[in-house]
Amino acid sequence: MSPFDGADPPATIASTSAAAARPDTAHPGSPDPALPAEGPLLRVEDLRVSYSTEDGVVQAVDGISYELHRGRTLGIVGESGSGKTVAALSVLGLTRTEGATVSGRVAFAGRGDLLALADSELRAIRGDEIAMVFQDPLSSLHPMYRVGAQIVEAIRAHRDIAKVPARARAIELLDLVGIPEPATRVDSYPHELSGGQRQRAMIAMALSCDPQLLIADEPTTALDVTVQAQILELLSRLQRERGMALVLVTHDLGVVAEMADEIAVMYAGRIVEHAAAERVLSVPEHPYTWGLLRSIPTLDGPREELLTPIPGSPPSPLAPPPGCRFHPRCPYSEPEHARTDPALAPVPGWPDHEVACLLDSGTRRRLWKELA
Amino acid sequence: MTRYVIRRVLWGVLLLVLVSALTFVLFRVLPTADPARLRAGHSANPKVIAEIRANLGLNKPLLTQFWLYMKGLFLHGDLGYSYYSNAPVKGLIFDRLPATLSLTIGSAIIWMAIGLPIGIVSALRRRSRTDRSAMGAALLFISAPEYWLGLIVLYLFAADIGQIKVFPGSGSYAGLTTDPWKWLSSLILPWLVLAAGFAAVYARLMRGSLIETMGEDYIRTARAKGLPERRVVMHHGVRAAITPILTIFALDVGVLLGGAVLIETVFDIPGIGRLNYDAITHADFPIIQGTVLLAALFIIVANILVDIAYAYLDPRVRYS
Repeated sequence: MSPFDGADPPATIASTSAAAARPDTAHPGSPDPALPAEGPLLRVEDLRVSYSTEDGVVQAVDGISYELHRGRTLGIVGESGSGKTVAALSVLGLTRTEGATVSGRVAFAGRGDLLALADSELRAIRGDEIAMVFQDPLSSLHPMYRVGAQIVEAIRAHRDIAKVPARARAIELLDLVGIPEPATRVDSYPHELSGGQRQRAMIAMALSCDPQLLIADEPTTALDVTVQAQILELLSRLQRERGMALVLVTHDLGVVAEMADEIAVMYAGRIVEHAAAERVLSVPEHPYTWGLLRSIPTLDGPREELLTPIPGSPPSPLAPPPGCRFHPRCPYSEPEHARTDPALAPVPGWPDHEVACLLDSGTRRRLWKELA
Repeated sequence: MTRYVIRRVLWGVLLLVLVSALTFVLFRVLPTADPARLRAGHSANPKVIAEIRANLGLNKPLLTQFWLYMKGLFLHGDLGYSYYSNAPVKGLIFDRLPATLSLTIGSAIIWMAIGLPIGIVSALRRRSRTDRSAMGAALLFISAPEYWLGLIVLYLFAADIGQIKVFPGSGSYAGLTTDPWKWLSSLILPWLVLAAGFAAVYARLMRGSLIETMGEDYIRTARAKGLPERRVVMHHGVRAAITPILTIFALDVGVLLGGAVLIETVFDIPGIGRLNYDAITHADFPIIQGTVLLAALFIIVANILVDIAYAYLDPRVRYS
């Protein structure tokens, strides 16, 4: 029996009894951002991330907020450069080491504001309570170490256990993620595995300390289509079995449609639409979301039907357009949209469906009906 | 792997044969290269020259000479005799080799010990004051000719001509087995001077390589695992960044073992470089030929070692 079998994540949360006893004091600027045990696992508030470059300040993430409960999946969707990856990395403080300026608040159950933690405290959480899976497993695994050694390293970074039991645990994990002959594969180098196996190994490594939250950044993008489906299936199985929360960052609405409970659509560093997955997929409110949905091919549509791409390209993060950031690409934009910056606000009658659009709700519904 | 190594060694031998042939041809073609005339000295008369010519076998057909030369070289390791001292070249080289080995190995240890840490710190504190001053200093040492630097340190620190008499001066080298203390103290200045330029180069190489490596995805993964930054840098960053540097290192050491002519001359160290320098001033071709071959041998061996080492350092590299 592995020494990990007894370690269950909620123990950490239960230890913060002070936070659990207090009612949820969740509003921006609350003095103690610790989250109670029955509240959300993760609450991101007004997260902003910027980089100084030679050409000026790049505002990669411009004030995003969301909540995530245990066992739930949030899909963050957007084009390349929308800031979705940076937003995900920043939760773990991984943009801090890359020289970014990060502000806002990231409350994680029992841990207070992650952004306010010292590097060493944050390090103790990374890979232990919050783990990450990256896009390209070939470049994300160290090419010069065997996968087993890399998993053992992840385990031993947080658990005081000897190499031999850690290796046994690594083999168990490789078995768990469905790598055949794990006892042999544990000694393979990343380049000796197939793309899918590499991503499985990466997931095994992420799971090595039983995280409460898994952040998967484009986990299937670098993989073949058939392998993509397997990896997604693996992720949802593991999530079910372990009650993990999952943040799934992807450009692929098809992926989030299968996996996510909630979807946040990001555009130019902001969340432009946020709601339960079935709402975003069936009654989307933002023209950008319409564009994303209409650019997905469907199997049951007529063969001669053309996909509708979103015209133009995402704005430069160095100089985002004034007003609504989507207005230069929005077919329904009006002159005043270039001046007014829409805030993320609930759709009338749907308090959990938020959208940042200057069109009024009636117009939006009519337009979507025409399109769909 | 074994087959690869065998193939590389065979190619290496072939290359050596070619270099030997080339030196042979060069010395027969050079206008000043009549060994008999060189040996006969000032009072040369045709009879003496003819005698010497016969003695050295130079009256035989060129191809026969070549065959004898190659046979002597590859079957008996016979490099011929010095025109100047008549001593066997092989013996001269073996006498000089320890000094060159001492100089090269000591200096290599110093430059790696200084250059790599500076490069690592510079890479991690990129564009900081530390980085800028380190790289500025590196540029200075790369630009400073080593003979000039050698003369400066002798002027400053040598026991004989120095302003502050700390280290033994030029020409004080003693063998390690003869007098270990003198060996050490006499080599400190040449080690440092030779290491200065190389340390500067290696600091820059390490900096560049590590900066590139620290931007890799697997470094982000290492951080995401929650590893201490020190382990991220050393175990993940430096481990990958150092591989290409070690290959350059082996080649540099190979080249230096062929003789650090300038340093050995400035500090009057009786090494291969010094032997070579003296041979050139005396037009002592057999010695030059011998040292050229030795240098070629070291470089070829270093190359083979680099390629073999690479397969161990980087598991992605496999030879078939």
